[in-house]
This record gives sequence, structure tokens and C-alpha cells, in this order.
Amino acid sequence: MFKVRMIARIMGSALVALLLIAASPPNSAVAQTLMNGAGATFPYPIYSKWFDEYIKVDPSVRFNYQSIGSGGGIRQITERTVDFGASDGPMTDDQLKKAPGELLHIPTVLGAVVATYNLPGNPKLQFTGELLADIFLGKVTSWDDDRIKSVNPGVRLPKTPIVIVHRSDGSGTTYIWVDYLCKVSKEWEGKVGRGTSVKWPVGLGGKGNEGVAGQVKNTPGAFGYVELAYAITNKLPAAAIRNAAGKFVEASIESTTAAAAGAASNMPADFRVSLTNAPGDSTYPIASFTWLLVYKDQPDEAKGKLLVKFLWWAIHDGQKYTADLLYAPLPMPVVKQLEAKIRQITFQGKPLLASR
Amino acid sequence: MSEADARRGGGSQAVSLPRAFFIASGRNVWGDRLFQGCLYAVIALFLAIMVGMVGALVVESLPAARRFGLSFVFGLEWDPVQESFGALPFIYGTVVSAAVGMALAVPLGIGAAIYLAEVAPFPVRAPVGFLIELLAAVPSVVYGLWGIFVLAPFLRQWVEPALGSTLGWLPLFKGPPYGVGMLAAGLILSVMTVPFIATVGREVLLAVPNTQREAALALGATSWETTRVAVLPYGRSGLIGAVLLGLGRALGETMAVTMVIGNRPEISASLFAPGYTMASVLANEFTEATSDLYLSALVEIGLLLFVVTVLVNALARLLVWTVGGAVKGIRE
Repeated sequence: MFKVRMIARIMGSALVALLLIAASPPNSAVAQTLMNGAGATFPYPIYSKWFDEYIKVDPSVRFNYQSIGSGGGIRQITERTVDFGASDGPMTDDQLKKAPGELLHIPTVLGAVVATYNLPGNPKLQFTGELLADIFLGKVTSWDDDRIKSVNPGVRLPKTPIVIVHRSDGSGTTYIWVDYLCKVSKEWEGKVGRGTSVKWPVGLGGKGNEGVAGQVKNTPGAFGYVELAYAITNKLPAAAIRNAAGKFVEASIESTTAAAAGAASNMPADFRVSLTNAPGDSTYPIASFTWLLVYKDQPDEAKGKLLVKFLWWAIHDGQKYTADLLYAPLPMPVVKQLEAKIRQITFQGKPLLASR
Repeated sequence: MSEADARRGGGSQAVSLPRAFFIASGRNVWGDRLFQGCLYAVIALFLAIMVGMVGALVVESLPAARRFGLSFVFGLEWDPVQESFGALPFIYGTVVSAAVGMALAVPLGIGAAIYLAEVAPFPVRAPVGFLIELLAAVPSVVYGLWGIFVLAPFLRQWVEPALGSTLGWLPLFKGPPYGVGMLAAGLILSVMTVPFIATVGREVLLAVPNTQREAALALGATSWETTRVAVLPYGRSGLIGAVLLGLGRALGETMAVTMVIGNRPEISASLFAPGYTMASVLANEFTEATSDLYLSALVEIGLLLFVVTVLVNALARLLVWTVGGAVKGIRE
């Protein structure tokens, strides 16, 4: 009998303790709102930096971002299981139609994709778009091909076969790369097309940037493509590419931002724009926005307010964190256009952002 | 303690302890029933999970199955842009990479098991066994990175040129040496499955009663003959289990294989050529697949992987049964 009473007392006090824990707020007096997001992996480093920094600006909001890939981000925002989605490629018209409300594309930062290679001494090389497409179509197979020689005068090129290395995983990086090849080569567009995964005419697949870079480093004569940030941190050789203005431009943060500036003059209202082969003398031609996806009419007033405040912060103050993480910031004209877009976000028709 | 208990315990000292326990507890029918019920519930849960998994795979893959029919299984093209999907290169890659892996891993793994259980001097057994077990604990992404940075360059520079110049007349060893490809995938798989086969195999052989060995030795058998005639046949079913466990791992391994196989959906007779497996294409393309048909095609690949795994396991058992018939005579 004594034992039973004892157990009952212990159970009782445990229950009280549990109730107390459940009733008290997690750590501070301010109730935190949790914002859920999911999508692209490419901007994950800058987004997590932003979420960390933004807590200092507004401690009442906490972000939970799952980098499950652009496809997953689009699916989850369409099903409204997250508060915002993220994608490296713009949604198609079909996908937008499936969403239960109007979705906005908010560009956040820019990324670029570079062509990297493994040759003796790794000389600086340059390529035209058509040449890149023909190499990836398997029509130019050796490094000492006349067409490569003619755009690289003075460079000694070996008689090594070209081994193409591409991404095997579905990826925004691939999308940007093939989107560019589609724009510069009718044959590529007809035979292969654009997508996060495509049917490669030739070559080997490496998983992730590290898989492609690893295979390029280990295979003499290899030729592949990786993200600009990855190429810079790993000191990979990167080719200069001839842009739409006919200039050979190397990939850098500045020449990537220039791609968006070049496109700003005729930016479509929904920002669903491809920046590959964009106009401008100093533009690097293989660049792209990455987007956050949000509903124009927010389902929850409190959350919607927090979200638009964050978006406003991201396109202004947030941009200063891009350089450290090797993303290209949005150019000023695009930020101005975006301000107007963020003001359009509403809750039941009422704008959520107080006019400033 | 009640008086009756004390009397019973004190009064019959001749009764052994376990027997006293059973007498004390009486014929506990309810305990048995409870135990049986728990077991049934666990088995039912397993079956339900299996049925649920297969059911979900079937339902999700219906759009692709309707669109492509049987040509999905035998189709050679995989084009996400045109939404034209065929799975044969992936099925081929899964089966061939696992076959290459097992061809190397079975003799090595069984050999290591025999060494550890029968031959090795006692001070060596524990440390070597521990090292082999440690291999099983290495994450597959580490094997994959090792594959890219160490194994593939080694294959490209030394092994593949050597094989090409000596055995190049075989279609298996034709073509340019890339390093990555079917051979690299098979090698990685063999390294990853050996510890499973060796560790389980060793436990199986250690469980063979010593009377088996003593009987063989008493008849004048050498230690190899003892192992072959008395130990291996006795542990046969356990060893088959060990091999099948390794085979399961080889068929389903994803990360390490993806990193070294070259990820090219093509069927090539040469082991130097890049290939692709079903598990790899799922890992590579599932996250970014946006259209419904594309997703459905990937789910159907998952279903096919399930079917192929069951078929290969069944075939392996059948093979062992028919071949094992000769050994059976000795055992009985």
C-alpha cells in the first residue's frame, strides 16, 4: 500500500512539472512566430545567414527553412504547407495555374555558373556560346580542335579528348547552364532543351558541385560546369564567355550583378525572367536570379506582416551579406522595382506593408 | 511470502531451481498467450508496412504506368525534358554493378569468415574481426568520396589501362578508361559488402558445434577438409543469409555508387563505361522533379527496384538450392 501511494505522489509531481513546462513560454516573454519555408538548395547559405541576422532585427520571428530542392519548394508552396517557397528556376504557367492563389516571384540574389576544365597548366581560356553548345553536344571532341584554337589564339592546347562532366542530380545550376545553351544554340534547344535534369548527349555525371569538381580535377581533359561561388572557393579555372554584346567576360560578382542590371530595363512585371545571355558590355552571360515564392494575398495577417517586413529587409539590408558568401547582390534598379512588388502583398485585399 | 510458498520451497530440496520456478508459477497459459499475441502483432505490423509501401508505390506510379505501359521497363531513353521515360539502363546498371560487387565480395567475405573462425591464431581474431566490423560502420558518402578521389584516379591510371592491354579482347574491358564507371561502382560495392558477409559469416561458423570438427578430425581429415566437409555444410544456410544480406546492400546502395558510376543511362557491355542505377537516379532526380509524370516515373523506378530486389533474391536462393544439392548428401 505504501508503495502505491509513493508512486502516485511521484506521478503527480511529474504531471505538475510537465504542465508547468508546457505553460511557460520557451525562453523569453516575447512569443515567437515560426515561419516555415522550403525549396532551393543553391541559396541556402545566404538564406540561413539572413535568418540568423534577422533575429537581431526582429526577435519575434524565427525561420525554419528546409533546403529540399526547387521542385519540393514549388510543390510545398502550392499545397500551402509552408509560408514561403524558394526556387532556382521560375515556375511555369502550368505550375502557377495549379496554385490555389496568385504566387509572386521575389528575386533575392543572383548566382552564376562557370565552365571549368583540367588542362596542363590550366591556361585562361575563352569560349563563345555556340562553341560551348557544340562541345556539350559532342560535336567538338578534342581540345586541339580548330574552333577552340581560333577563339584562344596563343594558347597551346593538347591533343587530349574532351571529357564532359555534368551534374547528375537535378539542380538549378544545370537549369541555368542549359538555359544558356538553349539561347545560343538552336540545335541544343531542339535536341536537349532546358530543365533541372536533361538527357545529356555525351559525358559523365557527377553528384553535386563537389562531384563535378572532383571528376574534373581527376580527369585530364575534363570539361564541366559549377557554381561561381564553388569555383572561387576551390580556386578552379573558369573560362571567359562571350556575351550578347560580343565581349569576352569572366565570371565575377560584379559581372553577375551586371546581368540583372542589363535586364532591368525590360524586366517583366512578375520577375519570371531568364538572365542568361542578357544585354550589356560587362555582363557575364550565364547568370540567374534565385526566387522566393510567396502568395500575393497572405492567408494570415500577422504572419503576412512579418513576411513582407522580412522581404523588405532582405532586398535592402540583407544584400550586404552577399559578398562574403559569394552571391551577387541585386542591382539598384531591380531593388526599386521589387519595392513596388512587395507593397502589392495583401491580407484580404489590404496592403500589409505600411507605406513609407 | 505466504506460508504455503515457504512450505513448498523448504519441503522439496530435490527439485531443481528452474523446475521450482515452473511449479511455483503454475501453468501460466496467459503469459504464453500474451507472448504469442505480441509476436503476431509485430508480424502483422511488418506485413502491413510492406503492403502499404508496395500499395503506395503502385498508386503513385499509375500515371507513368498508364502512359508508357511495358515500354517503361524495356525503354532505353530517359529524357525528363521531353517526358519520355524508360528504365532498362537503370535496371541493367543495378543488376550488373551488384553482380560485379558480389563476384568480388563473396569469395573475399566468406574467406575472411573462414579465416577468422577456423584458421587465425586466437590473439589475431578479435582485432581483425573488429577492424572488419569497423568497415561496416563507415558512412557510404565517405566511401563515395574515397571512390572519386582515390579509387577512380587509380583505376584510370593503372588498373583500366592494364586490363585494357591484357584482356582488351573481351568486350568487358573495352573503351577509354574514365576511372568512374561500372567497374568503380562494383569495386566500391564489394568493399562495402565484404564486412557484412565476413562478420555474419564468422558468427555463423563460430556457432557450428565443435563435435562436428572433432568428428571430422577423428576420421583423419586435415583442417581444410574439416572446414569443407564438416563446418561449411553445417553453416550453409547461415552463410547464404550473410551473402543475401550483402546482396541486399549492393542492390540498394545509393550514395557511394552515385558518386563513382558516372550516371549515364546507357547500356554498355564494357565495365569501363559509365552506367546508372535505379537507386542513384532516385537520389539524383527526385528532389527537383516538378512535373507529375516525371515524379510518377521516378516512383515507378522505385517500384521496379523493389521487384528487381525480390527477383534477384529469389533467383539467388534458387541457385543455391540447386547447386547445394550435392553438398546435402554429405551432411545427412
